[in-house]
Amino acid sequence: MEQTIIDTANHIAGLAAKMARVKVVAAYPITPQTTVVEKIAEFVENGDMDAEYIRVESEHSAMVACIGAAAAGVRTFTATSSHGLALMHEALHWASGSRLPIVMAVVNRAMGAPWSIWPDFSDSLSQRDTGWLQFYCADNQEVFDTIIQAYKLCEDQRIFLPAMVCLEGFILSHTYMPVKIPDQEKIDAFLPQYKSSWTLDIEHPYSHSNLVSPEWYMEFRYMIQEAMKNAERLIPQIDREYGRLFGSTYGGLVDKYRCEDAELILLTMGTMGSEAKLAVESLRNKGLKVGSARVRVYRPFPVTEITKLAKNAQMIATIDRHVSFGMEGFLETEVKASVFNEEDSPLVAGFIAGLGGRDVTSETIEKIARKSLKWMQKGKVEKTTEWVDLRE
Amino acid sequence: MVTIKELPKEEYLLKGHAACAGCGPAIALRLLFKALGNKIFLVVPACCTTVIQGPYPYTSSAVPLQNILFESTAAASSGIVAALRQLKRDDITVVGWAGDGGTVDIGIQALSGAAERETNFIYICYDNEAYGNTGMQRSGATPYGAWTTTTPSGKQERKKDMPMIMAAHRIPYVATACPSFPVDLVNKLRKAKEIKGTKYIHILAPCPTGWRYDASKTVELGKLAVQTGLWALYEIENGKFKLDSPSDRLIDRSKRKPVRDYFTPQARFRNVTDQDIKRIEQWLDEDWERYRRLVADSASDSASYGKI
Repeated sequence: MEQTIIDTANHIAGLAAKMARVKVVAAYPITPQTTVVEKIAEFVENGDMDAEYIRVESEHSAMVACIGAAAAGVRTFTATSSHGLALMHEALHWASGSRLPIVMAVVNRAMGAPWSIWPDFSDSLSQRDTGWLQFYCADNQEVFDTIIQAYKLCEDQRIFLPAMVCLEGFILSHTYMPVKIPDQEKIDAFLPQYKSSWTLDIEHPYSHSNLVSPEWYMEFRYMIQEAMKNAERLIPQIDREYGRLFGSTYGGLVDKYRCEDAELILLTMGTMGSEAKLAVESLRNKGLKVGSARVRVYRPFPVTEITKLAKNAQMIATIDRHVSFGMEGFLETEVKASVFNEEDSPLVAGFIAGLGGRDVTSETIEKIARKSLKWMQKGKVEKTTEWVDLRE
Repeated sequence: MVTIKELPKEEYLLKGHAACAGCGPAIALRLLFKALGNKIFLVVPACCTTVIQGPYPYTSSAVPLQNILFESTAAASSGIVAALRQLKRDDITVVGWAGDGGTVDIGIQALSGAAERETNFIYICYDNEAYGNTGMQRSGATPYGAWTTTTPSGKQERKKDMPMIMAAHRIPYVATACPSFPVDLVNKLRKAKEIKGTKYIHILAPCPTGWRYDASKTVELGKLAVQTGLWALYEIENGKFKLDSPSDRLIDRSKRKPVRDYFTPQARFRNVTDQDIKRIEQWLDEDWERYRRLVADSASDSASYGKI
């Protein structure tokens, strides 16, 4: 029976893995991910979840064990944060290159040094080019829904890539919110039994992922790129189907709010998207034509959606919870790249905010919007990549 | 126990594989397939077998083979074992097959973890005592005095005693082997297959390319390694230590061939001095004193890992 429960995003992520009928979980603890895997351990030991839980000795082994299990033909799940994700880096490439639909919750936490346990996107965005799909969630409901949707998507014959479902540490991971949990039978109907594109099989003894000469390698990479393009098309479809069945939808790739007639669009990811909505309401009340767009899916990057948004806007202000050192925020770069060849492309102003868990409130975002509006009226971005609320 | 006549005729290491002439690991791999048959999943990290199996779209392996990251053989095997449990496929044996670098150096963490978790699989280290695939760089398994490309004047440290490290995990079965003693190797593999839990077999596999000896002498070199006592053939079953033939006769040092007999045919030991040999012989005596003690300790029925 469908029910509404009140719980943290980490517990909800564990519950989503259980309800997706994951068969193998391999995980290693790290703050602030720990309560995800503690929840799963509880499910497995209580007999509520029919799965193997491998308590591996590192995150690197967690990812490789998931690769092994998925290769042997079962649905897999893991979760990590920050340095744990960085330690997995090599294995992330191996998972996508092997075309295995592993789903992983990434509880975003800033990278050291110096140590930080608080959120930003420096962990997951550093893994941008690993061939993983990347989703960013704004609340606990979206964490649940996205994990279920991610399995549906990743196991589609046109995709067969792994996905990260990212949620910010503490802001979501340890925060209690009401979440609507659908019937297990309904989820089972939406998410059929795991069927991989390939498995280790004694009847069909192949060597998997063996050495590939330059004659073949590029084609394998091209197929991943094609799968990413397919995902850009499929994600909105799955989001709509899920919405029809379970009631919640997120606008597919980009969660847009009052963008139709907006002159300025505030572009965010994760929980900053919720704060941006509040900022938009406040600015709209003052008669300012501002909208917000939250990039829900960072890989594949929603280039088409962004260009569509850009058509009607005079300016896009990107707010990045991460920086590419020596350049700018990731969203800033990607938005510029997306609109560069478009006619009448809007101005793009970039802001860096909320690194290492510094609060980004609706007031912060309103301040960013006011500065952007000033530049928009002048027709010129006066400062490239402004760091918001930086100490003098 | 099989005899040489009873070795299966089936070949699962196919013709046209890409090993060097006289490759010890390739002989061991062929015997592994003969011993375990084709209901196995072979997990292979970066190692010589990456090359031996041949490049896409070909393979010389007639069993399903999962290539995996260098340090990850035991982690990938753990995942496969877990999946097979869920799929209720207990007819399939999971076998990790890694080189010495992938085992004693970069892969030791994942292996130690898998053993501690009592993962039900066979892990085999085929040991050619250096990073062979990258052109013979020193590994933790390279013996004292051996030339490698990164120890051009000879390694100054001793070989890591990996089988005993695995024994310290109190796993049900640890064994050493060498393809020069094929029946012994096959029997150990077969025994491992019947035991539940983590089984570790360490195979000394001579490498003409890296050890710099004539490719026709691989079997002979393996025999000499054992006959000199430098490589002892033994099993540790539930903590009980047992020397296997012909090592079981070598506690008496007069039965051991001189270390020089093994060193001379190999150009990698060219820089070894008489003083080095003395030192090596002293270590050898210490090792064999330990084996003698372990044999004695294991004689009682109640012997277990407490004595190792």
